[in-house]
Formats: sequence, C-alpha cells, structure tokens
Amino acid sequence: MSPSNQAASLLTVTGLHKSFGANQVLKGIDFTVHTGEVVALIGPSGSGKTTALRCLNGLEIPDACTVAFAGGPEVAFSAGFKPKQAQILRQRSAMVFQGHHLFPHLSVLQNVTVGPLEVQKRPRAEVMEQATALLARVGLADKAQAYPNSLSGGQQQRVGIVRALMLKPDLLLFDEPTSALDPELVGEVLVVIKELAQEGWSMVLVTHELAFARDVADTVVFMDGGVAVETGPASQVLAAPQNPRTQAFVQRLLHPF
Amino acid sequence: MDSNWQLFLDSLWPLTQAAITASIPLAVISFAIGLAVALLMALMRISGSKVLSSVARVYISIIRGTPLLVQLFVIFYGMPSIGLTIDPWPSAIIVFSLNTGGYCAEILRAAILSVPAGQWEAGYTVGMSRTRTLYRIILPQAARVAVPPLSNSFISLVKDTSLASIILVGEMFRKAQEITAVTFEFMLLYCTAAGIYWVICLLLSALQNSLEGRLEKHVAK
Ligand SMILES: Nc1ncnc2c1ncn2[C@@H]1O[C@H](COP(=O)(O)OP(=O)(O)OP(=O)(O)O)[C@@H](O)[C@H]1O
Ligand SMILES: [Mg+2]
Repeated sequence: MSPSNQAASLLTVTGLHKSFGANQVLKGIDFTVHTGEVVALIGPSGSGKTTALRCLNGLEIPDACTVAFAGGPEVAFSAGFKPKQAQILRQRSAMVFQGHHLFPHLSVLQNVTVGPLEVQKRPRAEVMEQATALLARVGLADKAQAYPNSLSGGQQQRVGIVRALMLKPDLLLFDEPTSALDPELVGEVLVVIKELAQEGWSMVLVTHELAFARDVADTVVFMDGGVAVETGPASQVLAAPQNPRTQAFVQRLLHPF
Repeated sequence: MDSNWQLFLDSLWPLTQAAITASIPLAVISFAIGLAVALLMALMRISGSKVLSSVARVYISIIRGTPLLVQLFVIFYGMPSIGLTIDPWPSAIIVFSLNTGGYCAEILRAAILSVPAGQWEAGYTVGMSRTRTLYRIILPQAARVAVPPLSNSFISLVKDTSLASIILVGEMFRKAQEITAVTFEFMLLYCTAAGIYWVICLLLSALQNSLEGRLEKHVAK
C-alpha cells in the first residue's frame, strides 16, 4: 500500500519549532504526508511526538513553522499567532485523542454529530445517515443513544474515531489511540484503524506499537531530541534502521528483556 | 390566647402574600442577574488577561469584604447625596445582584476549571470556537459541579432579602414589621415570618436535592 512517488502531497510541514519556556521540544521538523499515506511517528517518551501532532491540529501554536494543505494556503506560524487563526488547520484534519475526550453530557450520537450539525451546518438527514453507517461499521450501532460513561474503553475510543471521521477530514491524527486501554481492548481499536488505512485514509499516527506501525504505516518518522532523526519506508526504518539512535530504540522496543 | 391564634391566622396570608409577590421575586430576579455578573467575572478571572483578571479580583474582593447591609445603605441612602436617587426596589435588585455576582463568581470559576482541559480541546477539534465550546461543552459540565454551591447561595439570598426591609422594600419582613406597628405582637409576628422563611428554605432544599439527583447522571470521569 505504499503510495507511489507520483501521489499528491496532502500536507507539507517545514521547520516545525516549538518550545515550552526554556524547554526546546521541537527543533525544526520537516515532513510530508501524501494522499492515502499513513505516517507513523515513533520515538522515546518526551521526544515531542504529541507536541508535533497537536501543532498540526492547531492545539499548540508552533513558534515557527509553515504548514500547507493541498489546495489550501500556506500558513506560516510564528509565536504571536492567534489560536483562532489555527482554525484553518482544523478544517482539514481531525484528532483522535489518547484519552478519547468524549463529551460526557452528550449521547454517543450527539457526540459524533455535534460538529457536523452545529459547526459544519450540514443537512441533518445526511449527517444522521453518515453517523448511523459509521457507528454500525465500528460495531456500535446499538450504542447510539448510550452515554459515554456506560461504554468500555475500547468502545469509547471507537466512538472517538467515528467523531473524527464524521468531520470528513482530509487527514486523521491519532495520538497513541490505544495506550490508555486495557490490553484486551487494544485489538478492537487497532482493527478499525487498520481498516481505515486500507480504505485509503491519510493519517499521522503516534504509536509505541511497532508491530502495528510496521503493519499499517507506509512511512515511519523516528523522532528523538526534538528532531526527525530518520524518515523512510516503514519496512526500512523498523527492520533495517540506518541511524544508530533508531537502531537502539527499535532494538529496545522489540527486545525489552 | 385565642386572639393570638386569630392574629396568627390573620397575618399568615398577608405575610405569605408578601413572600410570594416580593421576597421570592426579589431573590429570583437578583439571582438571575447576579449569575450573569458572576459568569462574566469568572470568565474575566480565567481569561488570561492580567487587566481583566485584576478587575474581577478587586470586584470580588470588595463584594465579599463588605457587609451586605452596608452595601444596601451605600446605594439607597448614600447615592442621593451625590445626586443619584434610586427607588427601593431597583436599589435592592442592584445590591443583591452585585452581591450574588461577587459570591458566585468564584463558584463558577472553580466549576469551569474543574472540567478537564481535554474537553476544551475536543470542542476545538470538532471545529468549535472558544465561545461555542464554552456554552455547548464546558458550561453544561460545570453546571453539575456548580449546582450544589449555587443552590446554597440562592437559599442564603432568599433569607437576605429580609434586609431590604431597611430600605423600605415591601417584602415579607417589612410586612411583619408593619403589622407589629399596629398590634405590638412582636414575638408572634416575627416568629411567623421566621416560620415562613423556614418553610421556603425547606422547599428549596428539597428542590435542590432532586436537581442534584438528576444531574448526577453522565458526569465526566
Ligand atoms: N503544555 C506543555 N507545557 C510545558 N511542557 C510541555 C507541554 N507539553 C509538552 N511539554 C514537554 O514537551 C516535551 C515533549 O512532550 P510530548 O508530550 O510531545 O512528548 P511525546 O513524544 O509525546 O512523549 P510520550 O511518548 O511520553 O507521549 C516533554 O518534555 C514535555 O514535558
Ligand atoms: Mg505523547
């Protein structure tokens, strides 16, 4: 499923910098996501993967960076950027959070339709039809009227994925979508993500599950110390990494003992 | 004893009437306006702007640091001497609203801050603006946290409306005073008034319990 070299680039990020106070977290990251491509961000804890993903969705304002979505303007971020201006990014991408962050006071159906109905202002009939179909396909057709608290962690995360899909984004962003789940619930969520990848969704996926990354990702970016140390086809970066830091990281995760 | 019983029965209706037509409306109107003031102050406190936050902090500090009775006197008896005469009812509503605003601002602020930051972000990521996220996602969840302390504030306010008698508002306690001016039955009338306040507060507490019970469902983890 590797995208051909001719595949159009969907998102281009250049020179992504972000500091929190004196802590320089991202020191100039470049990467490109092609249409239909799955990019996995891997790297040790604290290497800035979550921060990078949040910058793509405008949840953090980069200190410096240009972000361009295909067909959209090139947005040049700087420290003084107003959060409101980041909305242009959110119209193109949708985030699935580690902790799902479903709205507890809304039913499952309301959770997934509130954005399309109230923000995108799409026709109700069309939105309901889309919601019914998507909930059914992640196996939650009978949970539409349930409230998030009554669902298992895996079900909650599947609702979180549907909520993102409902926005019809060009790009899906996943931040360790299974790391808050009990081990026996991880599979049901990974299956959904894998199906989405096979359907041709473009996505950026932060994960510690190297086997999963190898299975679904086209491209792997290994981040360490705020820089993209190694970027390449998943099979290469995970099976035969060139950079010694990547080698050490992959070794450690594949053979922890 | 018989004449006392008769006086009790005779005064019960006028007092209840004053409670229904004056004390309770005064409390309800002031509380509604006061909540709007409180929300504004709470939002100023968490706005991230130093100026707005300081203005709100000073306001809250003044309201909480001065007696309600003195606030009533300043507005009703003080203002005329700088050329601004305000009638009893508007004076009472102004003071009780501002007072409620000061006390409930911190309740609302704490309630808003108790909603996890991820809820704001989830609102943004489905495309909502800050304002829409606030009223569609954050406030409904904050309300669950705020209802118990706000209910207590409202019950206090209902009792505090008796202070408005001093600035000539014809609420229940003033009615009781008017009747004693003719009958000199202080103990009887004031105890009757106290009893009516107590019954109103019991009813409000029951209301509060059922409201809390209903809000208990679907609380954020
Ligand atoms: N809001 C914030 N304020 C201050 N520091 C932050 C903030 N968010 C992240 N950081 C810091 O930025 C660094 C990178 O954090 P980030 O969460 O991006 O790493 P990560 O690669 O996602 O790690 P993990 O694998 O543990 O999730 C850390 O040192 C973290 O303490
Ligand atoms: Mg992270």
